[in-house]
Amino acid sequence: MNNTMVKIEDAVVSYREDVALRGVSLEVKRGEFIGIIGPNGAGKTTLLTLINGLGKLLQGQVHVLGHHLNGHNTNGLRKRIGYVAQIQNIDPRMPIKVREVVMIGRYGRLGLLHGPRSTDWDIVDKMLELVGMSHLAERPIGHLSGGEQQRVAIARCLAQEPEIFLLDEPTTALDWRSQSEIMELIRSIHDSQKLTTFLVTHDLNSVFHTCDRVVLMKEGKIWQVGRPEAILEGEILSQLYDMPISIIAHQGEQVVLSHESRRELSWISPS
Amino acid sequence: MDFSILGYQFIQNAILAAFLAGIACSIIGVFVVTMHLSFIGICMSHAAFAGALFGLWIGFNPILCALLFCLLAAAIVGPLADRGEINPDTSIGVVFTIMMGLAFLFIGLMTGPKSEALNLLWGSILTIGHQDLVFLSIIAALVVGLVVFFYKEIQAVIFHREIALAVGIPASLFFYSLLFLSGATITASLQSIGGLLIFALIINPAAAAYQLTYSLKKMFLLSALFGVLSGWIGLWISYLLDLPSGATIVIISAVIFGVAILFSPKRKVKRWQEQENERTSGIFQPGS
Repeated sequence: MNNTMVKIEDAVVSYREDVALRGVSLEVKRGEFIGIIGPNGAGKTTLLTLINGLGKLLQGQVHVLGHHLNGHNTNGLRKRIGYVAQIQNIDPRMPIKVREVVMIGRYGRLGLLHGPRSTDWDIVDKMLELVGMSHLAERPIGHLSGGEQQRVAIARCLAQEPEIFLLDEPTTALDWRSQSEIMELIRSIHDSQKLTTFLVTHDLNSVFHTCDRVVLMKEGKIWQVGRPEAILEGEILSQLYDMPISIIAHQGEQVVLSHESRRELSWISPS
Repeated sequence: MDFSILGYQFIQNAILAAFLAGIACSIIGVFVVTMHLSFIGICMSHAAFAGALFGLWIGFNPILCALLFCLLAAAIVGPLADRGEINPDTSIGVVFTIMMGLAFLFIGLMTGPKSEALNLLWGSILTIGHQDLVFLSIIAALVVGLVVFFYKEIQAVIFHREIALAVGIPASLFFYSLLFLSGATITASLQSIGGLLIFALIINPAAAAYQLTYSLKKMFLLSALFGVLSGWIGLWISYLLDLPSGATIVIISAVIFGVAILFSPKRKVKRWQEQENERTSGIFQPGS
């Protein structure tokens, strides 16, 4: 199916009586970096899970990697789609080490009854090095900080050798430094591995600098899609989040500010 | 000490049953402990007990009935826990109480002596027969085989079911297979350990192993070792002191858990967490 990696047509998804997606359509080309933003409950995570077949369609069609997702081929396609879920609370006593967690990414590709070979472990070690976690490879996964666990989750996805990379709020609950480091890492991996990436985030500032296109979602619908510099305007974001949001230029870069932040900023620096 | 007792067939059967039940139950326990399925396990052990009593009441094979009840309970509580339609604790609790109610109803409905029913309640490892041993051997082989051949899939499901599913592992198939195998293990061990005590032999050895290692492979091995030791030491003490064997085996498994807690390197994790919490909460305290 030429250059199209994901094509969603009129997708409706419902969880019991709540409709999570209402007739969503989206087409994404190979190599694009798509940011998905919107208020809580807008259907952002559901949109991601449609792509890897974890979400259940009520109506519409989803084509991924040239295949129509039909329930029979989802397991096979998932092996080609990396998924970093929202930060989980991992039991610090969990008897699984960091290197083993990254290897889980390869298990789908290995298939049943086939154990990891030395080449698989080489890939795991390479990915741990790429995300800067080699020194913690033998640590229990539950002993790592939130930022370190997210790096391991990214390494696990990369060990899968995916073509599509799905990230669900990978920087939520991380400190500023970790947020910035993880976002830089994600963008550099996207470029070096030539991935097609979908990033769900609440960090509006990172969207400006990281994404090729941004999907704005509200109440289960895609509200707008476009290049960040074209659609990320104060007025549009204010309507999206139902609150006053401003965008200011700072040292040559666009910065998103909430009403409160702007008020605080003007108090600190009246100019 | 007089070892001539080992020459008797019923003692040899009991030693073999303790070995097989110890291995099967404690390996199932690793899934139950690491996947936080304790309540599901308790529910299923009571389902097996109710099923066996139902079999006795209607004059049908109690082990087969126990297996059917277990599979039925797994088929009900699995999706309830999975879909979260109702709070899983509540729904599993309701199924658990139904099974308890049915068990005691069947006891009440039975006419004549109830010694066989009480054997299923407390277990009677010394009276275990050839057929029970064959069934227990098959189940133990299935449990060990599942872990050996599907270790990597099991490890992924234990780590995180959604992630296992996302990398292309049929995680739901493995989850339900584990639930059904738990039911079969409980059924096979019912005669030797007893319906009310079986769950302790599932939880205690695995919980002890969980305290001692950060390696899942070692956890499986330690859990199996503790399960077998609980069975053999319990059997030996029950013979020496003339105590009920099932109860003694369970108490020994609890003692092993207590010792594991004392020597657990993971206690440091708890202390470290407490210090972290104090440190973090201290930041926000006025005047700190």
